[in-house]
Amino acid sequence: MKVLVPVKRVIDYNVKARVKADQSGVDLANVKMSMNPFDEIAVEEAVRLKEGKEHHAAGTADEIVVVSIGVTQAQETIRTALAMGADRGILVQSDTDLEPLAVAKLLKAVVDEEKPDLVLMGKQSIDGDNNAVGQMLAALLDWPQATFAGKLVIDGGKATVTREVDGGLQTVAAELPAVVTVDLRLNTPRYASLPNIMKAKKKEIAVKAVADYGVDVADRLKVVKVTEPPKRSAGVKVADAAELVSKLKSAGAL
Amino acid sequence: MAVLVIADHDGSTVRDTTNKTVTAALGLSSDVDVLVLGQGAQAAADSAAKIAGVRKVLLAESAGLGKMLAEAVEATVLPLADGYDAILTPATTDGKNFAPRLAAKLDVAPISDIVEVVSADTFVRPIYAGNALETIQSSDARKVITVRPTAFAAAAEGGSAPVESVAGAEASKTAFVSEEMVKSDRPELGAAKIIVSGGRALGSADEFHAVMEPLADKLGAAIGASRAAVDAGYAPNDYQVGQTGKVVAPQLYIAVGISGAIQHLAGMKDSKTIVAINKDPDAPIFQVADYGLVADYKTAVPELMAALG
Ligand SMILES: Cc1cc2nc3c(=O)[nH]c(=O)nc-3n(C[C@H](O)[C@H](O)[C@H](O)COP(=O)(O)OP(=O)(O)OC[C@H]3O[C@@H](n4cnc5c(N)ncnc54)[C@H](O)[C@@H]3O)c2cc1C
Ligand SMILES: Nc1ncnc2c1ncn2[C@@H]1O[C@H](COP(=O)(O)O)[C@@H](O)[C@H]1O
Repeated sequence: MKVLVPVKRVIDYNVKARVKADQSGVDLANVKMSMNPFDEIAVEEAVRLKEGKEHHAAGTADEIVVVSIGVTQAQETIRTALAMGADRGILVQSDTDLEPLAVAKLLKAVVDEEKPDLVLMGKQSIDGDNNAVGQMLAALLDWPQATFAGKLVIDGGKATVTREVDGGLQTVAAELPAVVTVDLRLNTPRYASLPNIMKAKKKEIAVKAVADYGVDVADRLKVVKVTEPPKRSAGVKVADAAELVSKLKSAGAL
Repeated sequence: MAVLVIADHDGSTVRDTTNKTVTAALGLSSDVDVLVLGQGAQAAADSAAKIAGVRKVLLAESAGLGKMLAEAVEATVLPLADGYDAILTPATTDGKNFAPRLAAKLDVAPISDIVEVVSADTFVRPIYAGNALETIQSSDARKVITVRPTAFAAAAEGGSAPVESVAGAEASKTAFVSEEMVKSDRPELGAAKIIVSGGRALGSADEFHAVMEPLADKLGAAIGASRAAVDAGYAPNDYQVGQTGKVVAPQLYIAVGISGAIQHLAGMKDSKTIVAINKDPDAPIFQVADYGLVADYKTAVPELMAALG
């Protein structure tokens, strides 16, 4: 089985984003960038499918291709995935930020070329917080989708996915090929070892241009402005529980 | 222009997330229809008909819709889409699952998790875990939008819209297997007036229950948790509050042994009053707390129970 994993280069999850003074966006100059945390989980699961770790049969996956759409530096993100165990990478170079619809259309074009049996990806990118690309890719391909996976079992031509939903857990079976988006509890991603980081340097990354795919990537949304949310100021410290309750009562909170 | 709201309901009545989404929809147009998807959901459709301002209610039923499979939702809603300029649904896990799929089929850019309707084509939504607010204007003729319920007031009851049946489709390549829903007599996190939320400090599932449940009982509160507490198995996934869990905005949020990571704050910083109990005076949670108690929860929570009387 061939697995395609789309990975995005985003602001590191430990960094607090700052809005630019001119309200044109978020300041990313000199900010630490990393692989979107959900995508790390998707890469890890793909590698486990190949290694036969946990409940997966060995060799469930035989090839893992990672793809990123973004600036030249997104090659570092791809390299990280290769060091974790993916086999090769594709960078679709774009100097501008593309909207989820455009990303989904480009990914569809990559899927048409690569013909994977499974696309494993993050449920959400932590910059745009869209939670959209996986569902859109599935729609464009007319494939089934299983989102917010907390557990994945590949068996009998199906992906059986336990989904983390409001209210608890739901398990669905999607016929392959399918798109699965992953949630935080699916696994804990590994750190790449030094030998694997060295090996990853020799793995292939094909660099493409958006224009190579001939899809319409025009923006549909215009960013009017980006502002800072209203700040909450720190309140008061109370000495003990009794003072807390009396303060809450006099403020009308209880 | 007409707007379709796809309802969130429990089979017998619509949740207040639906009333809140109707409020957002009324900001786009006064012609608002509600679509109830489910199986055996007539009562939910009847409850939707009582929301003030609703023009008509459509009810579509099938086994796949009973489980809200995205493929079944897509096949049911697409034939209806022509009659609407916008489709709105609450940003629940169901809404997040099917809305982008619908949008892609309609070739429009989905707009996720809006917190404000500026005009019929311009909306505000949080990005970067709520550290920035983005105002965006859509050039698509038709819009597909998920709505953050905590940001809108609930549309009142008092309507009497007609209920009409429409065809419900099935999913062809996805099948429902099973579900494991958390049973609780407590209020739902999204609807609760008071939430008590526990973190990694609780140390074990037994301790989490022994400490958080009596406190919740005393206050009539819902129980939430940090990701660390959920990951460690102290609480079910459904309890997680934050960027990737639930977004809540109760009257009162009490965080017990939670440090206040950006991703947790994203889910609760719009609460009216925030209380933090943490033994570390430098925990970031104190930067957003109206009332901070620097103490070990092991003594502070029993004292709080006693002080509540
Ligand atoms: C992509 C991504 C998404 C995420 N999404 C979420 C999310 O949706 N929700 C979420 O919550 N997190 C989320 N996280 C995780 C987040 O970054 C933090 O790791 C998590 O919130 C920490 O949980 P915590 O505060 O319970 O644990 P900790 O950070 O370990 O804090 C425990 C706190 O308890 C205090 N404490 C310890 N013992 C006691 C005691 N006896 N009495 C009182 N206080 C005590 C400590 O001082 C400490 O402040 C996400 C992370 C990533 C990378
Ligand atoms: N530019 C991109 N390149 C590769 N994958 C992406 C890109 N943008 C989004 N994705 C994938 O889509 C998932 C969901 O992203 P989003 O819908 O933007 O929240 C991410 O976790 C990635 O797996």
